[in-house]
Amino acid sequence: MALTTWALRKSLWVYHVNTGACNNCDIEVLALLTPRFDVERLGMILVGSPRHADVLAVTGVCTRQTMPRLQEVYMQTPKPCVVLAVGACANAQGIFTEAYHMGTAVDEAIKAVDPNAIVLYVPGCPPTPEAMIAAAAKGMEFLKTL
Amino acid sequence: MRIGEIVIWFVGAGAGTLLLGLILKWVDRKVTARVQWRVGPPWYQPMVDILKLMGKETLMPVTAQGTGFLLAPVIALAATAVVATILWRSLWDPSAPFLGDLIVVIYLLVVPALMTMLGASASGNPHAAVGASREMKLLLSYELPMFLAILVAIARCGWTFQLGGLMTAQAEATPVVFSISGALAMLVAILCMQAKLGQVPFDVAEAECEIMSGVYVEYSGPALANWLMTRAMLLAIMPLLLVEVFWGGLYKDAWWGFASFLGRYVLLVVLVVLIRNTNPRLRIDQTMRFFWFYLTPIAIVALVLALIGQAEGIAWL
Repeated sequence: MALTTWALRKSLWVYHVNTGACNNCDIEVLALLTPRFDVERLGMILVGSPRHADVLAVTGVCTRQTMPRLQEVYMQTPKPCVVLAVGACANAQGIFTEAYHMGTAVDEAIKAVDPNAIVLYVPGCPPTPEAMIAAAAKGMEFLKTL
Repeated sequence: MRIGEIVIWFVGAGAGTLLLGLILKWVDRKVTARVQWRVGPPWYQPMVDILKLMGKETLMPVTAQGTGFLLAPVIALAATAVVATILWRSLWDPSAPFLGDLIVVIYLLVVPALMTMLGASASGNPHAAVGASREMKLLLSYELPMFLAILVAIARCGWTFQLGGLMTAQAEATPVVFSISGALAMLVAILCMQAKLGQVPFDVAEAECEIMSGVYVEYSGPALANWLMTRAMLLAIMPLLLVEVFWGGLYKDAWWGFASFLGRYVLLVVLVVLIRNTNPRLRIDQTMRFFWFYLTPIAIVALVLALIGQAEGIAWL
């Protein structure tokens, strides 16, 4: 494992993308930064620009309107990067699967522009912050294989 | 000074300041975390961040003017390293400065801000353009009071423009800060240092949740790492400059010299962190008003007091 890969595991910077979420997952993502969970212990911080990010925390169903934007944001993120599909909607569009305004699911939208993208799924409606920390830990394990 | 010695000082001071700056960056993040009742990152976190950014790809926006975009962070880092060399060298050996080194330091300290504007403008991003315009206004705001405050120290130390001369004069008499004009000037300089470091009450240029890291919005990978290193080094050298100009340098001959220097230095760093943690961000118009209409008059009063004190021979004025 290269030194930079080790450093990447220790310092995952998160950019939060909302693709039409109901705000419930977003609140849970923000809860990660509070004193109770404090992901800065693990070197994770929330950054303001996808150019700085290593992790895209995607929430929401990925509507037709947001899908091209999500793909654009993914392409703006320097690689290697991890996509974290947070919540039931981002995993498989949840109860909105057959609605008229859907794009494709988040993972399909990402894989349409980059077939080798690393996508992690965090199920739950909304997922608890513990589940997101568990997903981040699994992501760190996966990055070892890069 | 031989050329080999210069190279050794440059490399040593540059690398040492970088290491020190990254550790101070950790102190900043850790103290912030403790203030917010969190645990905070481990001590090596800023170094890991730099290492990680070195391994990522550098993306160039299609609208960017490539040369300026990538050259700006390198020049900023180089200028900061030169300032670090001059400051540490004159701290270690006050008797061997060159004429007007303080002017060179002030001049070179403008370069990071100037390069930030250049890089942000070259990136072609509207957020970065807003950030660059704010950075320019910020620079116009704090440069005048900063220079007036330093002029107070120069006036009190017999009009010498050498860092070594300032420290020698303060070692012979008392440090500048132990006088009314010196204390006022130091107060002004601390607030200008806060703006120069882009720390919170004056961080309008990057304003993370408002204009998405503003000036740095398009930077990624090693170029961003370059900016972070420049910022970390500035965090290490601005308190050093203030100690040298206002608070008497390193008393190398006295047994308490080193400990006292360390105490004064750490005190200033912690002050930066605490100001950052206890203040909300000011708007750019509030920032300019604060610097021009509050700090500049205070600096002028301090300068007048210092001139009167020098003319009448009143040491405490």
